Amino acid sequence: MTSRIADVFVRLRADHRTGLVTYVTGGDPDAARSAEILRGLDRAGADVLEVGVPFSDPLADGPVIQRASERALAAGGNLSGTLDLIAQVRADVQAAVVVFTYANPIFKMGTDAFAARAAAAGVDGVLVLDLPIEEAGSFRQTVVDAGIDPIFLLSPTTTDARIRAAAKLGRGFLYGISRLGVTGARAEVASGARALVERIRAVTALPVAVGFGLSRPEHVRQVGEWADAAVVGSALVDVIAREADSPDLVTTVERYVAGLKRGAQGGASVT
Amino acid sequence: MTTIDTELPPAGARVGRRDPDVRGYFGTYGGRFVPETLVAPVEELQTAYFVARSDRAFQDELTSLLDRYVGRPTPVSEAVRWSEQLGGARLLLKREDLAHTGAHKINNALGQALLAVRMGKRRVVAETGAGQHGVATATACALLDLTCEVYMGAEDMERQALNVVRMRLLGARVTPVDAGTRTLKDAINEAMRDWVTNIQDTYYLLGSVLGPHPYPLMVREFQSVIGAEARQQVLALVGRLPAAVIACVGGGSNALGIFDGFVDDRDVRLIGVEAGGDAIVAGRHAARFTTGTVGVLQGTRTVILQDAHGNIEPTHSVAAGLDYAAVGPEHAWLRDMGRAAYTCVSDDQALEAFLQVARLEGILPALESSHALAHAGQVAAELDRDEVVLVNLSGRGDKDVEIVRARGFGAPPVAAAGPPREDVT
Repeated sequence: MTSRIADVFVRLRADHRTGLVTYVTGGDPDAARSAEILRGLDRAGADVLEVGVPFSDPLADGPVIQRASERALAAGGNLSGTLDLIAQVRADVQAAVVVFTYANPIFKMGTDAFAARAAAAGVDGVLVLDLPIEEAGSFRQTVVDAGIDPIFLLSPTTTDARIRAAAKLGRGFLYGISRLGVTGARAEVASGARALVERIRAVTALPVAVGFGLSRPEHVRQVGEWADAAVVGSALVDVIAREADSPDLVTTVERYVAGLKRGAQGGASVT
Repeated sequence: MTTIDTELPPAGARVGRRDPDVRGYFGTYGGRFVPETLVAPVEELQTAYFVARSDRAFQDELTSLLDRYVGRPTPVSEAVRWSEQLGGARLLLKREDLAHTGAHKINNALGQALLAVRMGKRRVVAETGAGQHGVATATACALLDLTCEVYMGAEDMERQALNVVRMRLLGARVTPVDAGTRTLKDAINEAMRDWVTNIQDTYYLLGSVLGPHPYPLMVREFQSVIGAEARQQVLALVGRLPAAVIACVGGGSNALGIFDGFVDDRDVRLIGVEAGGDAIVAGRHAARFTTGTVGVLQGTRTVILQDAHGNIEPTHSVAAGLDYAAVGPEHAWLRDMGRAAYTCVSDDQALEAFLQVARLEGILPALESSHALAHAGQVAAELDRDEVVLVNLSGRGDKDVEIVRARGFGAPPVAAAGPPREDVT
């Protein structure tokens, strides 16, 4: 059985396109508008929608996503609400949907309950920021059994041995962290990102998405020269933060993502 | 529940008698729940620590600093007047308040700072709650010529202003943390964000038995000097082991430090005292073993205070050093095995003990340590005169004088007695 995520990357490779993965925090600025934003991201052409679970202690995130988490929590958001949100929009969006979360909300819900609810909601993949492969054993098996792809992060500090282990355990795609540090937009693509992708390519055929720090169409284009997809998170969340009180919130988000998408379409053909 | 793994750790390491398993688990607690970028630095730290712990030169250098710089061994004092007033067992106080910088935190800060030097890291980041760990870290960094940055919750900076000045005078940069609850938990988040960004040259000097493996093990071992000294001192002083050893538990490093000396003495009761705050209501206390459940916070699986959705609950204590939502994983394990017991005392009970020990013993204890003293008073009162209770007086209370004054104590006699006290349930 191939997953929706696998299908997305097969199509991207066949079309010689760079994938665009977008991150937003579920329930930011509130559940209703978050649902509209997810639909807008899909209309604008995002290939994978990462939906963040609001959490009280997002220690791998920079200030932009921290504040998104705070807004979503203040609006009543949580893991359960994020899964409801995904269930609500699933039928309307073509993109693959990945839950992006810290471990504790899942452990509190219970791994089995999470896997069952996520599968029912139409979640295609799950990425747990603070669950490295050594701690992921039983969780990974549970979500795989539920038909959900476990996605692992790889960093410039990850050893080749651990890349091989993650490639064996991961499904869908691998997420390459472009730089040391927390999430947050930067002016340029980190110089070590390409080397990391090459180290991953050397051991696996799994697609690789690169994230952390990307914000502009030219970043997406640049990453597309050597990776399968680019992830844009904080910069997009920042657009949501600035437009949260505007009636044009969703159209502004769509316009921004359409611009990134144009960068992505330049992808594989530009060298 | 899984049992302790007996597999050997990597080459160069030795297995201590209470080591966690190779993955850093004490029973089902502990582990290493960190973002991917931190896996390599945490492994680098483990390798360096396992070499250092069995390296005679490293241990000699640390022992020398503890003797000649910290002033170890700290004494054990008998609280004669307080014991008489209680009318029960004799109370003995392990005087970590007399260690340089005024608390046990210096034992761990020096150990880890020496390790940072060995690892070639010239910059140190740390979190602090009450400020005692921040002061100890700033001190160790001044001594060893390391750059030091301390993250401290904005609320803690207000209530522990004296320690902020001390850290700055010692050359550290103190960075306020305005996120979340503006206390210790948020300071740890920020210190970890700094570390993950600057891992090449930066050492994260964690102050308690928390965080990813090997921190809980390493911090306990650096603090175990407390228990090793205390056991000998108590035997020399009274010729018998104490009926109970009592310590306050925030993350729980002073408690594990003193418990370590007695954990194999099965007849000695080990009691940890958490912060009951002003009520056992969500957000108003930090008694993890009273209302907490198992979860993952800041790198470790342990007992935490969380809501139905796995978000961390705010905490409260008059003692900033106990105001934290998670307890060290080894404590959770000791509790499950029945080897240690845990209770809590309220803000008001801790204050009362603070005042009693000040007037009867001439010691201003830290408000954190006052929690241990409050419970020790209750335990001692129920025991016979020939029994002995040992309390870890983990730090001095100078930093807390402003908080105690704000509650109406320490005024001139004309201001009459203290303020009315609310009853605590």
